[in-house]
Amino acid sequence: MTMPYYVAPEQVMKDRAEYAQKGIARGRSLVATTYAEGIVIVADNPSRSLHKISEIYDRIAFAGVGKYNEFDQLRVSGIRHADTKGYAYSREDVEARSLANLYAQYLGQVFTHEMKPLEVEILVAELGTGLREPQLYHIAYEGTITDEDRFAVLGGETEAIVAALDQAWRVDWTLPEALRAAVGALAGADRTLDAAGLEVAVLAEGNGRRAFRRLVDEELEGLLA
Amino acid sequence: MTLPLFTTTEDPGPDFAGLMRRLRVPAHPMLATPGSAPAEGFRHGTTVVALRYADGVVMAGDRRATEGHAIAHRAMEKVFPADRYSAVAIAGAAGPAVEMVRLFQTQLEHYEKVEGTVLSLEGKANQLGQMVREHLPMAMQGLAVVPLFAGYDLARGTGRIFTYDVTGGHYEETEYNATGSGGRDARTTVKLGFRDGLDRTAAVELAIQSLYEAADEDSATGGPDLIRGIYPLVATVTADGFTAVSDDEVADRFAALIERRRTEGRQP
Repeated sequence: MTMPYYVAPEQVMKDRAEYAQKGIARGRSLVATTYAEGIVIVADNPSRSLHKISEIYDRIAFAGVGKYNEFDQLRVSGIRHADTKGYAYSREDVEARSLANLYAQYLGQVFTHEMKPLEVEILVAELGTGLREPQLYHIAYEGTITDEDRFAVLGGETEAIVAALDQAWRVDWTLPEALRAAVGALAGADRTLDAAGLEVAVLAEGNGRRAFRRLVDEELEGLLA
Repeated sequence: MTLPLFTTTEDPGPDFAGLMRRLRVPAHPMLATPGSAPAEGFRHGTTVVALRYADGVVMAGDRRATEGHAIAHRAMEKVFPADRYSAVAIAGAAGPAVEMVRLFQTQLEHYEKVEGTVLSLEGKANQLGQMVREHLPMAMQGLAVVPLFAGYDLARGTGRIFTYDVTGGHYEETEYNATGSGGRDARTTVKLGFRDGLDRTAAVELAIQSLYEAADEDSATGGPDLIRGIYPLVATVTADGFTAVSDDEVADRFAALIERRRTEGRQP
C-alpha cells in the first residue's frame, strides 16, 4: 500500500503563488490613474478586439491582466452582478466596493481550494460622486484586495512602472498629462508605445449616465502627440 | 449576493432575461391562473405615435394614466430611450408596461457590455417581441402591453418603426403608426399630414397635432395640461441618437396650435 506523501501547506501555497505569478508575468502590464475629471486606464495591448479594459456599469470599469479567458469570465460575471443588482434595486445602489469584495472572495476561494489558481490580476475602478472619492480596487490572484486613490499598476514586473508613476503623479492633472505619464511608465526606458499598441479608456464626467468611453484612433493620437 | 458564475454549458450568454431565470429572479410575475376573470383596477396608459422624417424618427406620447373611468396619473411617461439609438413607447397596462421597458433597456445595455457590440435595430425589435410574447398570459387576463419601437438604423442610415400585437408579433411600418386607445385618431391625423422626407419641425408638429386630436376624441388620452404645465413627451432619434424635445418647445407648439385654431375660427 502506498502512503499519500505529506506536503507542507506552506509549500503548497508557495507553489501555487509561483505558478500564478509566472502566468501573470507572461502578459503585458496595465496602468490606471485618477485625473482631474475622472480615471484613465491604459493597457499595453495591440489587439483591437480582445479587450483588457471594459465597462461594468454606469460609473464602474473593469480591467484585467494575465490569462484572457480567465479575466474575461470575471468581467462578464461582474456585468451580470451589476445589472441584476441595478435591476432589482436601483442604479445608484450598484457600487464598486461590493463587486471588488466578491471578486476577492472568489479569487481567494479558487486559490486555496482548487488545483490551479487563476492567473489574473484585476482592477475595479469607480468614478467618484459627491459622496464618494474615485476608487481603484486592485485584486491579486490570491484574493488580496488593495484600494488606491492615486494609481494602480497591474502585471508581472511592475516595480519600475510604479516608481515612474510615483514620480510623475500630481493632484488634478489633466487627461493628456496623465495619459502621457502612464504610457511613458508602461513603455519603460528602452521602448516607445504608440496609439496602435495601446488600449485606452476613461471613466469621466460629461459622458452622460454611462461614464465609460474608449479613446481610439485620432482622438488618442491627438492626446498622445 | 454572490458572483454569478456559470459552467460553459449553462452560461446564459448576453441574455439578461435568461440570466434572471437562472438566478431565479422573477422578471415576469404571472398573476392569476388562465381562465380567471380579467383583472380590473389597473392603470392603463394610452396614445403613443411614431413617424419617420428626413433625419430619423419622431416619437410622442400623452401623459395620462387611467383606472377605469378615473384619472390615475397626470404626468406619466410613456416614451423612453431604449438605448442610444432607439426609443420605445408603451400603451396598455401601466405596471407591466413600465417593467417591460426597464427589462428591455437593461437587456440592450447588458448585451452591449457582455458582447462588446451593439445589437442591430432588427435584433432589438426581435428582443422586444419576445418580451411581449412572454407577457401573453397576462395579456389574456386583460393586462395587455402593446409597445411601439422606433430607432435609427446605423447600418442603413434611416429611421425605422416597428409595431407589435399582444402575441409578440411585430411588423415594420414604412411611414408611421400609433397605438393605444386614441391610436386610431392619432393615426388618421398623421396620415392626412404625412409626406416623405418631412423636416424635423414639420414632423414634430404633426406628432403634436395627432396627440391633440387623439386627446380630443379619446377620454383616456390626456391633452396639453395648460394649468399644470404638463405636456406630452416628444423625442427624436437620429444619427446623433435619442434626443428629447424640450418641454418649452412642446409647450410653445401647443400654444401656437391652439392660437391658430382660434384665429381660424375653428373649435380648438
